[in-house]
Amino acid sequence: MPDQLLFGMEVFLNGLMAGVLYALVALGFVLIYKASGIFNYAQGVMALFAALTLVGIMEGQVPFSHLINAVFGTEVHHFGWHLPAVVGIVLTIVVMVGLAWAVNHLIMRHLVNQEPIILFMATIGLAYFMEGLGDLMWGADIKKLDVGLPQGINTAIDEVTFNAFGYGFFIDNLDIWATIIAIILVIALMIFSQYTKQGRALRAVADDHQAALSVGISLNFIWVLVWSIAGFVALVAGIMWGAKSGVQFSLSLIALKALPVLMLGGFTSIPGAIVGGLIIGVGEKLFEFAIGPMVGGATENWFAYVLALIFLVFRPQGLFGEKIIERV
Amino acid sequence: MKTKTLITAAAAAFMAAAPAMAELFIPSLTYRSGPYAANGIPTADGYADYLTLLNERDGGIGGEPINMVECETGYNTEKGVECYEALKGQGALVFHPWSTGITYQLIPKATADGIPVHSVGYGRTSAKNGEVFRWVFNYPANYWDGASIAIKHILDEEGGSLEGKKIALVYHNSAFGKEPIRTLEELGAMHGYELVLLPVDHPGQEQKSQWLQIRRERPDYTIMWGWGVMNQVAIQEAVNIRYPMDHFIGIWWSGSENDVKPAGEGADGYKALTFNGMEQDYPIFEDIQKYVVDKGLAAGAGDQIGTVLYMRGLYSALMTTEAIKKAQEIHGTAQVTPAMVRDGYEALDITQETYASLGLPGFGPDIKGSCQNHGGQGLGAVSQWNASEGKFTMVTDYIEANQDVIQPLIEADSMAYAEENGITPGCD
Repeated sequence: MPDQLLFGMEVFLNGLMAGVLYALVALGFVLIYKASGIFNYAQGVMALFAALTLVGIMEGQVPFSHLINAVFGTEVHHFGWHLPAVVGIVLTIVVMVGLAWAVNHLIMRHLVNQEPIILFMATIGLAYFMEGLGDLMWGADIKKLDVGLPQGINTAIDEVTFNAFGYGFFIDNLDIWATIIAIILVIALMIFSQYTKQGRALRAVADDHQAALSVGISLNFIWVLVWSIAGFVALVAGIMWGAKSGVQFSLSLIALKALPVLMLGGFTSIPGAIVGGLIIGVGEKLFEFAIGPMVGGATENWFAYVLALIFLVFRPQGLFGEKIIERV
Repeated sequence: MKTKTLITAAAAAFMAAAPAMAELFIPSLTYRSGPYAANGIPTADGYADYLTLLNERDGGIGGEPINMVECETGYNTEKGVECYEALKGQGALVFHPWSTGITYQLIPKATADGIPVHSVGYGRTSAKNGEVFRWVFNYPANYWDGASIAIKHILDEEGGSLEGKKIALVYHNSAFGKEPIRTLEELGAMHGYELVLLPVDHPGQEQKSQWLQIRRERPDYTIMWGWGVMNQVAIQEAVNIRYPMDHFIGIWWSGSENDVKPAGEGADGYKALTFNGMEQDYPIFEDIQKYVVDKGLAAGAGDQIGTVLYMRGLYSALMTTEAIKKAQEIHGTAQVTPAMVRDGYEALDITQETYASLGLPGFGPDIKGSCQNHGGQGLGAVSQWNASEGKFTMVTDYIEANQDVIQPLIEADSMAYAEENGITPGCD
């Protein structure tokens, strides 16, 4: 098999894996938009905040320690424990649920029936507030995140492909785990929305929140629920991306990777986020591989948006988005 | 009413007294927040702590207390310019922009305002030509020096020949990241190596394509010009593809503890350039502890002392204060102006004796400036990460960049700038 074809296959597979990571970020946006019509600008910061909280809890860091020490003249920094990842994740989920409750009760509840742009602005404010809160709580240093997921080349795939083609493919173990976790997450979300009472209520609110309200569904509960789920998805994305780069404040910028996925997959479709992520991941990687060297490289950021725009021209609602028809 | 009158009178008295207050006003454009805060905090802390030390131990410089005011830029060019505009009128003696983007914006402004700008190992490389860039300094080394030092080190490792070798440059796709390309191309033509260019888009969180290409092309060495998250991701990806870490060399902005720690043990052996020492037992630490930390005056949380970037911030303050001392000496007054500080920078003469007398023996290369030379002698060393000990250690002596290659490039670039901007080169 020609080398370029083999390399292309390797790039394709890695593109799929990268797409899963993009989709993980995009999922959080979709969940909130679908249930409440809010484009949550803070989704990237939520991933950062969740990852910071996870590391902080696991490492026994005292939240707000700098502030506490400055005010009370103490020298407290650590509780002195190192918690297992599972415990850390559970406690972080509790924090994210608390955050969801606070966001809904302190901000969103007061903005019901406001224009979408107002809600969007509120999430911009929320993003910057959470970034500052994260800094104040856990500090701005880069933290190593180790939840036990393996990283580095998958030797089995390397050996199998080497024996078959004479060239071993590189697939990162972390990306394989990200894919498995994303599949489980999507299946769990679909089961939740199809087969549970709360899930059906969530779908009802997504379809028509006034009708849902009229049959006794609590909007407050549903919005707390959906922000909690988005917080959980943010935690998963934060873990995956944080494992690659350490947990640091630029983690919030992963939201930029989700935008072309949303444009392509639609803002209201969970399968759309997944398929959109895969198309963007594969598309940008193959373009960089094939065309990048001819144009000086670094094409991925802009090509992802070009790809999304092409789809947008033909399907403005995105690949899986709902077409909005307004009759006069 | 009485209270209001008193406050007004006090404010008026303060305003009247302010111009007479003798102090050396040194602003610090910091970024303690935002995506690059993890690097900005130790740098700002080192800078601030050194100035605090001089105030507390020596009563300032030449008897004049230092007034250091931080302005938060968030590593954002627009905010950096706002900080400059807000502070320049308050008698700022010198600006350290701490960002190549901000430096580029400040070069014409500071030139017009007559305020020195010191970009320590970043900014515009050709600013080394003091006859064109009259108010800009980039001691002790610039990016082209860095590129040359990296190649000299590789030459040493390869027994003096790079014929037929392949060297990859993984770089931030920005003006900063592109700085070394021309030098590396010139050196490639001279030494016979093939240069593979691999740009990484900002911020650099996703670099799979670049590292797959490195895995395919198997360059003998990889040089990195990165900053922020790009560094951590690149080092992790290098570990993932099992790239030999001792063949992976970062510029001095890709060589702090922040860059290697997230990759854990796998980062062991990673190399980075440096232009300042990284020992943990400099005598100055005792003074910092006594006069700064113990008095509760440490900048930030006081937890960054001795880290690579803290020492770089401290080194920057050291060069600035030595320039101010020189200015005071030249002009016979402790109350120096920005123009006098420029004279001090041009007369800068830091030797090993200077470092030793400041409690930092062997901390940096000798620096001798002049009207023509605003960038020093272009010396740098190679450091290596020891993961088990959790620290970088210098593994070479200071290496002099190949000025035969670099000087003509500086000349060409600076003269082009002079022509574009109607500058007549020369010393006034």
